[in-house]
Amino acid sequence: MPLSESFFGQTFGITEHDLESYLAEALRAGGDYADLYFEYLATSQLSIDESIVKSAVQGVTLGVGVRVISGERTGYAYSDDLAPEKIRKAARVAACIANGPSKIEKTGFEEVRGRDLYPIVTSPNETSLAERVELVKRADRAARAADHRVFQVQASYVDSLRHVLVATSDGILSTDRQPLTRLGVAVLAREADGVAQRGYSGGGGRVGLEFFETEKTPEHFAREAVRQAIVQLNAVPAPAGEMTVVLGPGWPGVLLHEAVGHGLEADFNRKKVSAFSDRIGQQVASPLCTVVDDGTMRNRRGSLNVDDEGAPTQRNVLIEKGILRGYLFDKLSSKLLRSPTTGSGRRESYQDIPMPRMTNTFMLAGDSDPEDIIRSTPRGLYCANFGGGQVDITSGNFVFSASESYLIEDGHITRPVRGAMLTGNGPEALKYVSMVGHDLKLDEGIGICGKEGQSVPVGVGIPTVKIDRMTVGGTAG
Amino acid sequence: MTDLAQQAVRLAMERGATDAECTLAEGEEFSAQVRMRELETLKDAGSRRAGIRVLIGKRGGSAHSSDLSSAGMRQMVESAIALAGISTEDPFADLPDAADLGSLAGDLRLYSDDILKFDTAARIQAALETEEAALAWDPRITNSEGASFNAYTGQRVFANSRGFTGSYRTSSCSLSTTPVARHGDSMERDFWYSSARSHAMLDSPAAVGRRAAERTVRRLGARKVPTQKVPVIFDSITSRSLIGNIFEAVEGDNIYRNASFLEGKLGERVASENVTVIDDGGMPGLFGTSPFDDEGVPSRRTVVIDRGILKNYLLNTYTARKLGMRTTGNAARGVTGNAGVGHGNFFLEKGDRPPEEIIRGIRRGLYVTELIGHGVNIVTGDYSRGAAGLWIENGEFAYPVSEITIAATLQHMLMDVEAAASDLEFRGSVASPTLLIREMTISGR
Repeated sequence: MPLSESFFGQTFGITEHDLESYLAEALRAGGDYADLYFEYLATSQLSIDESIVKSAVQGVTLGVGVRVISGERTGYAYSDDLAPEKIRKAARVAACIANGPSKIEKTGFEEVRGRDLYPIVTSPNETSLAERVELVKRADRAARAADHRVFQVQASYVDSLRHVLVATSDGILSTDRQPLTRLGVAVLAREADGVAQRGYSGGGGRVGLEFFETEKTPEHFAREAVRQAIVQLNAVPAPAGEMTVVLGPGWPGVLLHEAVGHGLEADFNRKKVSAFSDRIGQQVASPLCTVVDDGTMRNRRGSLNVDDEGAPTQRNVLIEKGILRGYLFDKLSSKLLRSPTTGSGRRESYQDIPMPRMTNTFMLAGDSDPEDIIRSTPRGLYCANFGGGQVDITSGNFVFSASESYLIEDGHITRPVRGAMLTGNGPEALKYVSMVGHDLKLDEGIGICGKEGQSVPVGVGIPTVKIDRMTVGGTAG
Repeated sequence: MTDLAQQAVRLAMERGATDAECTLAEGEEFSAQVRMRELETLKDAGSRRAGIRVLIGKRGGSAHSSDLSSAGMRQMVESAIALAGISTEDPFADLPDAADLGSLAGDLRLYSDDILKFDTAARIQAALETEEAALAWDPRITNSEGASFNAYTGQRVFANSRGFTGSYRTSSCSLSTTPVARHGDSMERDFWYSSARSHAMLDSPAAVGRRAAERTVRRLGARKVPTQKVPVIFDSITSRSLIGNIFEAVEGDNIYRNASFLEGKLGERVASENVTVIDDGGMPGLFGTSPFDDEGVPSRRTVVIDRGILKNYLLNTYTARKLGMRTTGNAARGVTGNAGVGHGNFFLEKGDRPPEEIIRGIRRGLYVTELIGHGVNIVTGDYSRGAAGLWIENGEFAYPVSEITIAATLQHMLMDVEAAASDLEFRGSVASPTLLIREMTISGR
């Protein structure tokens, strides 16, 4: 789309000439590279609690970030005012990082022509509020109707529409319109006089409202949240110690995100502070494991047409048959490590400096029957769902907590357990993968990844996977 | 800024709101990051934000905007009014009673302009010296994730339709570094920092760098220990996260929803004699201090747990009405939306013994220096987290430990606090001394 027809051209009258003059200002003290990131973000948030729509919030955020790179140095400034003198002032502040004559000769922009991974005619943000508020009301009704032991229901609906414009001194000009929608339901259930248990389910993506009519309804999420809480009512304390762990398909793919994904982000490897540094070509997982990060999947929460530095996203193979193949690069690390960018430069907002980040990270399907995987396990833990996880990328140690898990006894899934935490070491854990199911599933679209204070939406996925040895942290012997 | 907030409230009332409250926040951030003795990143910028919440009878609506022009503010008010039209009547939705509104008098020392006296070059220099102090401390420190100097100054304004208008400025600065140590196949990182509202209160670069280096080097060669039950000592950093869990269990939202294991326990023993927990939003110069909360109610001191007995929950106006109680001045929010519950300076009272003496009294146990993951369930009290630290044998540190989890329930952990040490330090808005817990399950080999 030509700039003049884009959101920023239309709404704020920004021209290529303007962009060139801001970039020239940014590079006036020298530097190898400069870029501008314009962002307009409109958000809506509706939530129901005790069957009352207690909260309805809308907001608008607008701003521009200016970055100058000189060698390994980055200067950054931003403005929440798009008046030309304010943008120039930010450019001058960012320019302070550089010293010497600029090596850049600017000659126009080339527009990044992209695909459209989220061709939504009407963004949810542009539909009536009454229609959207109905989603949380339906979720509330369905959760209360699903089981009499449910005594608290909170449902929330959030959507956002982000318009971005990226202009760089190496001639990239790209615009994108990024819708993002999520519906979540949290419930508490208890037996008469018993201990309360929590259940949560949610999903969405870069989708229109029709997603909640045709693919995943509010009733679907409500019933799933209730099911999880009810399962927990009969759960026994989690076992403690090393054992076989079977991960169910879908959201348990968060293991890949923590165990390997973060450690493969190129900034950590450029600095050689990751447990995966200098290990390209080495075996870091069992030969059954192939892990990819793919930002090009239609309508997925982690997908982007272009990353936040204007580069098209890609499908990147991280681990192929157990061998470490590649890292995730943003522009700075690709420049310094002389490796092509993988379209992985992302940022939370115009106030933030881009970093290499994941998009949708998952393991390819294997050929085992999921039922055989369970049958082959005499004793172990089956994890159907997880809460969050965290990793120390330097030692490689990670943890994540299972929100729904069961004991496996004599090849059968038996009692539900509560409070299980798994811990392991990134470059070691996947070496113990002994079976991979044919049932690859992606999560339902609720993932948020945090790194150095910046949050971005991501996706994960995994087939049923058997890991022969992993430490489970519970309280039972 | 105060005029702007009052105007927004007036405008909302003209457009049909029966009550309104407006928050404005502006801030300037600066950060200088260095890595391996070179400047890596400089960031310097400011932004502003406005938010409004309106009530039309018992229906609420909220909006926020980064556009503080009169057109932007008008659009924000219209948006909030429209949203009130689609929400449901909530009999408890209200603003604080006029009698509850107010602001603490006197200088709370939240802002110090000495922060602005240091130019960019001096700030970069401080970061460089911090990293250098870490790199020079031990030959095994061979790499670094860098060091940074951050500074922030900001202002917050609040006005509502019950006659409250107030504002305050804050400042803060911090110095931190994350060294990386290597020995054989083992690579570890750790960090240390100092932060304060005034530059003069900041620890020296040498002190921050050295402490970071010591914390990092002592992790090298970490082992996994066998699964077992032993006494666990949380150092003054990890004990803060445990105190944070207690806050979640006593904040009004979780109480009225029956979503806390401490619901219904007022007046009962919930912890050992060694546990006294206080929230105090009025202590001068600290990070949890403010003259009034985010609804315009003065900050105050509330005893939450007194020698093991649960005395008070922490409440805002809404949760107080739901529970038939009075607000404790703990409303918290960004710039808009219904207020949630936050804390002032939330801390566990110190004991009389230094941490070294407590460690000396342990025959075999774990000293925890890092916790990772999110395995805490406030509803049930189930607690299981990834941990790293040092193994204690006969009162001495024997070797580092990692890749383990520690588990128990918060109920048992609170009852099992055998000692709180004397090392209470306010490094943020949550503070705790070193704590000894009688027994937890460690999962390892």
